[in-house]
Amino acid sequence: MTPATAAPPPLPSPHPWAPVPFEVRERAAETVDTVTLSLAPPDGGVPPLAFRPGQFNMLYLYGIGEVAISLSGDPGRADRFVHTVRAAGKITQALQRVGLHATVGVRGPYGGGWPVEAARGQDVVLVGGGIGFAPLRPVLYELLHHRDRYGRLEVIYGARTPKDLLYYEEIQGWRARPDLRFQSTVDTAGREWHGDVGVVTTRLPECRFDPPRTIAFLCGPEIMMKRTAEALLARGIPPDRIWVALERNMKCALGICGHCQFGPEFICRDGPVFRYDTVDRFLSVREL
Amino acid sequence: MDGAERRVGERYLLERREFPAFLAALSASGYRVVGPTLRDGAIVYGEIRTESDLPIGWTDRQEAGTYRVVPRGDGALFGYAVGPHSWKKYLFPSRERLWSARAKEGSAGGFEVEPEPAGADPPLAFLGVRACELAAIAIQDRAFTMANDVAYLRRRERILRVAVQCGVAGGTCFCVSMGTGPAAAGGFDLALTELIAPEHHRFLIEVGSPAGAKVLTGVPLAAAPADSAREAEEVVARTARSMGRSMRVEGIRDLLVQNPEHPRWNDVARRCLACTNCTMACPTCFCQTSEEVPELAGGRVERWRRWDSCFTTGFSELHGTAIRKSHLGRYRQWMTHKLATWYDQFGSSGCVGCGRCITWCPVGIDLTVEVEAIRSSPGVRPSEPSPP
Amino acid sequence: MTASRTRPGSDLPLAEHRFFHGMDPGFLSELAAHAYAREFETGSLLVREGDPAEEFLLIFHGKVALEIELPDRPRRTLQTIGPGEVLGWSWLVPPHRWRLDGRALKPTRALGLSASHLRSALEARPEQGYRFLLRLVPVLAQRLENTRIQLLDLHGAPR
Repeated sequence: MTPATAAPPPLPSPHPWAPVPFEVRERAAETVDTVTLSLAPPDGGVPPLAFRPGQFNMLYLYGIGEVAISLSGDPGRADRFVHTVRAAGKITQALQRVGLHATVGVRGPYGGGWPVEAARGQDVVLVGGGIGFAPLRPVLYELLHHRDRYGRLEVIYGARTPKDLLYYEEIQGWRARPDLRFQSTVDTAGREWHGDVGVVTTRLPECRFDPPRTIAFLCGPEIMMKRTAEALLARGIPPDRIWVALERNMKCALGICGHCQFGPEFICRDGPVFRYDTVDRFLSVREL
Repeated sequence: MDGAERRVGERYLLERREFPAFLAALSASGYRVVGPTLRDGAIVYGEIRTESDLPIGWTDRQEAGTYRVVPRGDGALFGYAVGPHSWKKYLFPSRERLWSARAKEGSAGGFEVEPEPAGADPPLAFLGVRACELAAIAIQDRAFTMANDVAYLRRRERILRVAVQCGVAGGTCFCVSMGTGPAAAGGFDLALTELIAPEHHRFLIEVGSPAGAKVLTGVPLAAAPADSAREAEEVVARTARSMGRSMRVEGIRDLLVQNPEHPRWNDVARRCLACTNCTMACPTCFCQTSEEVPELAGGRVERWRRWDSCFTTGFSELHGTAIRKSHLGRYRQWMTHKLATWYDQFGSSGCVGCGRCITWCPVGIDLTVEVEAIRSSPGVRPSEPSPP
Repeated sequence: MTASRTRPGSDLPLAEHRFFHGMDPGFLSELAAHAYAREFETGSLLVREGDPAEEFLLIFHGKVALEIELPDRPRRTLQTIGPGEVLGWSWLVPPHRWRLDGRALKPTRALGLSASHLRSALEARPEQGYRFLLRLVPVLAQRLENTRIQLLDLHGAPR
């Protein structure tokens, strides 16, 4: 169920639960409630900070606590961990306010990640919603680093309003590329927005792919992923070629606190990325 | 044969009057002995300094939602089933510091994790571990080993397991159904069978490990005659025949995973108080949470973990909202995990049939009855064979 | 606001629009005989809230924002539609007035079907009318469902 290639092991730490101090090297306010932090060890003495797209770290603030956040940076750069954090709870709110050179604790990376290697020679569809686009950005980097290895590349990114779009400058670059169709759509917009308005599934008819040779990665609210998966199935993509990232309360990331269980799965250990046909029946159970 | 070397796999006889010598040998070997003791009307696990700490002559009467200790009149040391405690309180303490950190100058939010002081506690001898409890320890071993839980594993390797072959089945016991007892076939350092005959009270001791053999050096023992082994087997066979409960486990994994919408969940949810008793009493429940504890004076924080329960509202909280809002969702999670999805995660059931969750449920919910209710509904059929 | 032109619809083949794929060719050519092409410049209105809804528009090229203008707040775009999609069911539902503005976000070409002709064609051929509705109702249902999902504000901070 987890992708075939082994994910890199977590950072060495004196205790599996103990965070390693990292320094904030770059900080970019993406939107009013979302920040992107680049983290590196303060002394520069680095084990390579390798990760698989789709993996996550536990980010820790001294005296406040820790929270699971996906890696959103370029997996080709092993000198930093990049995280895009939206203010949702106490810790993610505090993470909005950390400044340059501040210390953020890190343990990880955890989880299995997206099966990017399975996308070789395939058409690829990426559909992200809201902050759920952040864990897909490393996939996009990876695909574009080796663009010739993949077939058609379709990206759909849905946000709340134009002001809530992450990575705005970067998106302009992706939109301009001839070897990639990048569609962004928002739930609502004013006159200043000349792009699409509507849920992500309204952009699917534009996408061109060869269904039996296509692999799709979906990340966002569960109902968005369910509706998108249904639409992709209707287009003929087999259910074992659709992958979704699930989210539950992750406290330990070690598969022992029990909080993130989803049916038989520990989201932290067995996920957070799952093949759609292995979890779809659980997605329909209330309060699972 | 005093002073002689004891061998793994051998059986010896210990006279009742020599039991203090056995306790003394445990202490002399460097173990702090913990075991059954009568406190507040229940047989719980605590420090055993002398044999008078043991619940001599007491037994327990258990039913769904009911527990009583009563005298049994024969001076048995281990004449009870299991109480509200399990050995997990020693291996996985209900509260434990994971690490601590000191604020570090020079950077906003800077910190330095302090090395944990090396554990100076003496190794523990668990006295009176039942077969179901050995199975429970093995189950928790798998979970904590997979998570590389260094604190658990460090404690775990310092435990001497002195098993007791069950001479009494509790009213809520069903270890026979779960294949975990009542006979302890392995996984112990020493295993005692208490043999009580008129005028003759003895223990048959089976040596399970070199560490166990070492403890027995110097304990006055006699070679076990052939018929004492048979006598010991009869003790557990009698216990096996008097199980208070049973549960059919064939196909149980698929049965529960495929019936998340079964009406019985509504029924049990109306009775369940979500009090968390079952998860606290369960010897295999490992769910936990961690929290940041800053020192009031500042400059230092500690990270603590404590037992958590899937029956609490906050357990499944995501973005400020509980995913399992109802008792239905929570009871179903607990029972389905325990009896079904545990196979997917750890290759075995999470239940050892000790009956604690039945006895200590304040409203007497009995998971063996709940399983049977789901199993017996028309139209509910496991679609494919799966373990066990 | 009327930066649009109307021409005979011959270069926008009705039968090739996704909405009509697979429908009875005879019926389609009957409809096509009364279809006409419409072109809209960027910024111009295809339809206007409150106006009589006198046509059914099949979008072939471009992009259209469905908007609501209110006196006391900024104009909001609720949805955009593009090639292969259709604009409007107000022509079918009394009182036959548009409930939204439809504004071209880029040069847009559409095929128009006159509402009065379309209504009588559907009345006269109930079986074809039913098949037509089998295509139109899913559009309504999909837009309603999408609107509900938008209403959930899924990508906003959870509340």
